[in-house]
Amino acid sequence: MHPKILIYDGTFKGLLTCIFQIYEEKLTEYSIYPEGYNQNDFFANQEHVITDEEKSGRVLESFKKYTSKKAVHRIYRAFLSEIPGVELLIVDFFKHIFEQKTDLSDDFSHPPILKIAQIDRKVGREKHRMEAFIRFELLKDGIFFTKIAPDFNVLPLILKHFKNRYADQQWIIYDEKRQFGLYYNLNKVTPISLDFKNNSKKNTNILHEDEISFQKLWKSYFDASNIKSRKNTKLHLQHVPKRYWKYLTEKTIIM
Amino acid sequence: MNFDRIKEKLEILADAAKYDVSCSSSGSNRKNTKNGLGDSSGMGICHSYTEDGRCVSLLKILLTNHCIFDCAYCVTRRSNDIKRAAFKVQEVVDLTINFYRRNYIEGLFLSSGIFKSPDHTMERLIRVAKKLREEENFNGYIHLKSIPGASDELMREAGLYADRLSVNIEVPTVSGLKLLAPEKKHEDFTKPMLKVKNEIIQFKNERKFIKSTPKYAPAGQSTQMIVGATGESDRDIMYSANYYYKQYNMKRVYYSGYVPITTDPRLPAITSQVPMLRENRLYQTDWLLRFYGFDIRELLNNDHPNLDLDIDPKLSWALRNQHLFPVNINTADKSMLARIPGLGMRSVFKILQARKYRKLNWEHLKAIGIALNRAKYFIVCDSRLWERKDWTPEQIKSKIIKTSSSKFRKDYSTQLNLFDHAS
Repeated sequence: MHPKILIYDGTFKGLLTCIFQIYEEKLTEYSIYPEGYNQNDFFANQEHVITDEEKSGRVLESFKKYTSKKAVHRIYRAFLSEIPGVELLIVDFFKHIFEQKTDLSDDFSHPPILKIAQIDRKVGREKHRMEAFIRFELLKDGIFFTKIAPDFNVLPLILKHFKNRYADQQWIIYDEKRQFGLYYNLNKVTPISLDFKNNSKKNTNILHEDEISFQKLWKSYFDASNIKSRKNTKLHLQHVPKRYWKYLTEKTIIM
Repeated sequence: MNFDRIKEKLEILADAAKYDVSCSSSGSNRKNTKNGLGDSSGMGICHSYTEDGRCVSLLKILLTNHCIFDCAYCVTRRSNDIKRAAFKVQEVVDLTINFYRRNYIEGLFLSSGIFKSPDHTMERLIRVAKKLREEENFNGYIHLKSIPGASDELMREAGLYADRLSVNIEVPTVSGLKLLAPEKKHEDFTKPMLKVKNEIIQFKNERKFIKSTPKYAPAGQSTQMIVGATGESDRDIMYSANYYYKQYNMKRVYYSGYVPITTDPRLPAITSQVPMLRENRLYQTDWLLRFYGFDIRELLNNDHPNLDLDIDPKLSWALRNQHLFPVNINTADKSMLARIPGLGMRSVFKILQARKYRKLNWEHLKAIGIALNRAKYFIVCDSRLWERKDWTPEQIKSKIIKTSSSKFRKDYSTQLNLFDHAS
């Protein structure tokens, strides 16, 4: 028999529902894909799993019983990596815990657990980089705006950081890759989607009149604080890999 | 805002402040209150890196580079013929707020040349910080320089607005200070340090009983020493660093390789190299003291007044103390694991975690990501194979050097390079 292919809606709860089903149907051979993932096996035994609040809740609760908040967080962050195949690693992690009935979430000599921890750290690094490298531009209407395209889906993870920090200014962080963003209206953060079709990349007439001047000041500051006799390009690139330069005002603005 | 004029000042006063290496924005616990701006309760963030590879996390500027002192090692010394400028208080506030709102920075690091008098200067620095906190409701990070010779009253006030205070000792020995900064006294540096230390202790105590006690310099204080300007040994530097850590509860001591900026005969020639490798070894030593449980006397003493340049200080110590090795990875306690060359604290924690579940062999160690190229000569694990034969320290050292690479290799390699001319 062909292994069963479970298709879920791409949410964490959807994946947890899949785990419930794996146990319910005692599946031994299976694969899991998010909706829209291209796989060409027409003969496979496919099933669309419908996300279920109760089933996913039960899976999470019994996992928490053996482990800790920290372990759940680690798995959730690894899930947000959207790395193909991460779903199966997560299932293995859950199964290992359910079989051993004890908190083995730090047992790094068990390969899936180590793998999840490594992915978690990658996602953590990307999250931290977004917190560091995002540059807001002030628009005419008083909103601080930025577009990002992170390697992983870190928007849900950076929400709190930006909400705490910029509590007295309106801001939008928009993920171009995943086509959704967060908008903070001085009160709460809401998810939004925008249509950029008619907007060129840098549309200067939507910017506040002082915006470019401040960007230039920042660039001047950046250049002035460099010590030429200590030039160390290797270290520089290690800290700011080239793929992040597109975010950085100091690296992109033309004086 | 006159952007052209501000730009000119910013270039002068950022350029003058860049030799202060501290850029830390961590260690504070100031939360955003009342929907204000900023939060410095989390870990520090480096928002960018200059081409020399140093982190940019704060707007690091001088209020002015006018100075009444003439310290030989300093670019802003009175006798140096350079462009001078001064910011107004409001200008610094506006720059900080506008940079912060765009997520360029974590906050402000404000230092200054000393104009008129130390107290006059300190008072002006405090005014900037006070304005940021009280008028702008700013909760980002503020690092103020304690001006040598500033009065106790002002130091007390400074800590109420700043997250961190620092006074740079710059020259690690009293004799060096006499030579390079004859107008300053050692006490000018230590008096504000002592005041800040005592205030921190007092505020912490009061907080235990009265929760509404305001914060006082929650990220503590730090200092900086110039390395390679006055011929001091590594032992001189690290013993005095150790003294400041112990005596004044310093959060950090920074080491800054001397960048030649002047032709003063008391200082290294303008053509000399910045001692970056030496600086690196000093930081490694500093970490061993603060996080690895080493005592300074184990690493530097009369027999070893200077650190090896070709190997790191922990490896150097281990080679001198072969009788303590090999260490059994599966049974050794944490403090001994921390002393194994090539293992960082992160690796130590990984080993402690993983060995709860099974005895570890070489494969396990590799799988959890332990770097073994140095460590393998100093450990045994659950395996009958190990690298430890009866090698002498010299043999181990040469094996390690052969199989490792360092960007600093060219700085200490004494071998002649046959291909130098070809390239």
